[in-house]
Amino acid sequence: MSATAGTVYRIFAGLKKDPLGMAGFVLVSLIVFLAVFAAWLAPYDPLEVDVYNRLASPSFAHWLGTDQLGRDILSRVLYGGQVALRVSLLAISISMAVGLVLGMLAGFGPRWLDRVLVVAFDTVRSFPTIMFALAVVALTGPSLNTVIGVIIVTSIPVYARVVRTQTLALRERDFILAERAMGASTFRILRHHVLPNIIAPLFILASMDVPAVVGMEAGLSFLGLGVSPPTPSWGSILNDGYSYLRNSPWPIIAGGLPLIAVTLGFTFFGESLRDIFDPRLRRKDQ
Amino acid sequence: MLAFIIRRGLLSLLILFLAVSLLFGMIHIAPGDPASVMLGPRATPELKAEFARRMGLDQPLVMQLGTFYARLAHGDLGVDPFSERKVSEIVFEQLPFTLILVLTAIGGASLVGIPLGCFSAIRRNSLLDRLTAVMSVAFIAIPSFVVALYLLLWLAVSLRWFPAIGAGETGNYADQARHLVLPAVALGLGWVGYIARLVRSSMLEVMEENHIRTARAFGLPERTIIVHYALRIALLPTVTILGMGIGSMLSGALFAEIVFSRPGIGKLLYEAVLTRNYPIVMGAVLVTTGFFVFSTLVSDVVNAMLDPRLRERPGE
Amino acid sequence: MSQPVLKIRDLSVSYQTEAGPLQALRDVTFAVPAGKIIGIVGESGCGKSTLISTIIRLIAPNARIGKGSILFKGDDLLRMTSAEMRALRGDEISMVFQDPMTSLNPVRPIGRQMADVQHRDALSRREKNARSESMLGRVGIPDPAAQLTRYPHQLSGGMRQRVAIAMALMAEPSLLIADEPTTALDATLEVQIIHRLQELQRDFGCSILFISHHLGVIAELCDEVVVMYAGEVVESGPMRDVFLEPRHPYTRKLLECDPARIAEPTRDLPVIEGSLPNLVQLPDGCIFRERCPKTIERCGLQRPRLAGDGHQASCHLLDTAE
Repeated sequence: MSATAGTVYRIFAGLKKDPLGMAGFVLVSLIVFLAVFAAWLAPYDPLEVDVYNRLASPSFAHWLGTDQLGRDILSRVLYGGQVALRVSLLAISISMAVGLVLGMLAGFGPRWLDRVLVVAFDTVRSFPTIMFALAVVALTGPSLNTVIGVIIVTSIPVYARVVRTQTLALRERDFILAERAMGASTFRILRHHVLPNIIAPLFILASMDVPAVVGMEAGLSFLGLGVSPPTPSWGSILNDGYSYLRNSPWPIIAGGLPLIAVTLGFTFFGESLRDIFDPRLRRKDQ
Repeated sequence: MLAFIIRRGLLSLLILFLAVSLLFGMIHIAPGDPASVMLGPRATPELKAEFARRMGLDQPLVMQLGTFYARLAHGDLGVDPFSERKVSEIVFEQLPFTLILVLTAIGGASLVGIPLGCFSAIRRNSLLDRLTAVMSVAFIAIPSFVVALYLLLWLAVSLRWFPAIGAGETGNYADQARHLVLPAVALGLGWVGYIARLVRSSMLEVMEENHIRTARAFGLPERTIIVHYALRIALLPTVTILGMGIGSMLSGALFAEIVFSRPGIGKLLYEAVLTRNYPIVMGAVLVTTGFFVFSTLVSDVVNAMLDPRLRERPGE
Repeated sequence: MSQPVLKIRDLSVSYQTEAGPLQALRDVTFAVPAGKIIGIVGESGCGKSTLISTIIRLIAPNARIGKGSILFKGDDLLRMTSAEMRALRGDEISMVFQDPMTSLNPVRPIGRQMADVQHRDALSRREKNARSESMLGRVGIPDPAAQLTRYPHQLSGGMRQRVAIAMALMAEPSLLIADEPTTALDATLEVQIIHRLQELQRDFGCSILFISHHLGVIAELCDEVVVMYAGEVVESGPMRDVFLEPRHPYTRKLLECDPARIAEPTRDLPVIEGSLPNLVQLPDGCIFRERCPKTIERCGLQRPRLAGDGHQASCHLLDTAE
């Protein structure tokens, strides 16, 4: 418990010295807050159609205007945040867990297994991500689950590679060799020595990965291959807006802003975290 | 050197082989048989069977894969069931549009990013340096289709400085160039800061090396030191990243092509996905993946060639 | 006597550190006469590197030059603009660095680097290459024409150092500063390079400032020697005098520890007890006091000054002996 408190303290002490990281943290908190409480905060039902009020510009009634069906864009943006967060939480936690296991297996297991896994990772990474996603969507039909599945499959190698590198580096360290000499099981070593050492870089990576995952979901939804129609997603707001681009710019502007906010927020926050936990990376720059 | 290229090439081939087989397997194991998906729900069983036979879908998977590779060896990617044209023909017709887009984007990004990074390293902590630092982190992560949409909205629809859609008139190079600007900017913008950052940090590293001190001790002009002594070495890691960049830009190119209604392999693939045109999907993914693997390979090899130290002691 | 090429007086340099200024050089005074080879000897950390980077004014950004002067042919290097200074480097003053592997550009052929060094001469590439070739021949490199197209990593360590020497002599400098040029080489190569340097010095008539921590090399090569300890000159004078009649206890210790001078076989090489003093918080009195075998009361109170004519040393014992 006190270790957690210490970590939290360290993060905040670090953020205090890094205004950009702090801004990122505030932005991230704000986005999460808005998404979680979308049901209370949204002024309208995001699915409520108002045919007399289509493609309206921003006004007091509709702060971000309305889309081609007269739906309130602000409400759709807020609910869209829920989709984005759900996808990233689910996809990242699963790919992180699987990547952790595979990475440790590759790093600590026999050499042949390492080779096989590395080739497997390279194979998955060799598809340009979105092409791979499109191919899969072509087969299974568009759905949010497909999107999550594709993101998981393509993200696993990213996490596994980091875990593998760290595990390999730790493997030869004296304290691990000593543990082994004393007859500790591989599982024990992984659980008590390797895991605590790689969890921080993994979470930093995850934070930096959020924009990519959110972008992927939005991208596929923009192509009409993500969430199914009435469901609001930032990507589907852009998709709707694209067809009416010449009539009203507001859906595009409103759909793009949260994506930019998420990107900036998580990237700056992640960078800051990395500097806090791994100052070696920064040293060279200063 | 040769051994390095061969080993690196074989690994790429293996990865490509696995990737293609995986894709092939996925298409044929996926729920719903391709014949009925492609022909639609109203197709009669006879029609489906005939279609399946024609596409070789009635054979066992391994056989199909074998036939596929045998044909691939002859450059045959199959036939588009709708237009009856060769898939390879269709794909290679679209490929140049994508290539020129990606190359323009990465070329433009390097042209701006490399001097920017170089300057940032020399004038460390200057305003421009700080700006580059923030920009590099921010822009690389913003999805390129958002950038594309905003550019379209602002510079094409609102200000009308650039054409909004298409690739320009065939044969009219000035027109084609004008059509290329916005998609290329959308694609390359994120890379400017990233390249600058990369060049900067490796410049800083190189500037600390002993041979730079030697060059200074001989009173060489600062320009020579920076360009011929530092940048020459600092660019080596950047080349590798650029190679991988070209590959990952293919994903971004797909969005740029769709947003700007530009022909290209991304748009081809997207439309093929919407119509469940598997031979085209397969062909397009195969070619882009091949291109991706190939560009990574080339960047590794080019890197080895640029670095005389690696030329003789290749590999590990 | 002709005017010395280089005359350093009361030079003090410190580095800004978090703990406070680290006084790397204090009141360093010595001269390099024209046409002579001067050796500077001392342990690592004695200030040799700071001294040479101060002379060529390529000093770390956190270094501060406190006081003193470095007169090169009568002009103070410390008062020159950076453009004036750059004009001297590689022309009037040349350097050979310690590690030839890292001090040459790894991705540029030898010929290109040697041509770069001739950047001030309005010659064609072919003429520059011809000069490089003849210079490589003079430093004893076989088949010099073929070496021009090769890269540093394709040469042996000894060959690389010869290339570095050839580059340094290219402009026929008045002063050649060699910073431990033979330390990275094995003993046979070291002797070859030393002899070659002596020959070249006679041919070119330049002065050489030769830095080393190896006494044997200094004895072999130099006309005069400067012994440095913890940022100060503790003894200086003609080679023979210093080696045969060392006056400072530190010099004596150094000579005792030189493996080449040990007559009886022993398992334990002699070492100087203790370690360098903290240069951020300097002790009072003599800098060598804490490691000196024969201190007197005065050593803790007063800093000794260099005394003597020709052969100088800074030790209180010399006063009492007289």
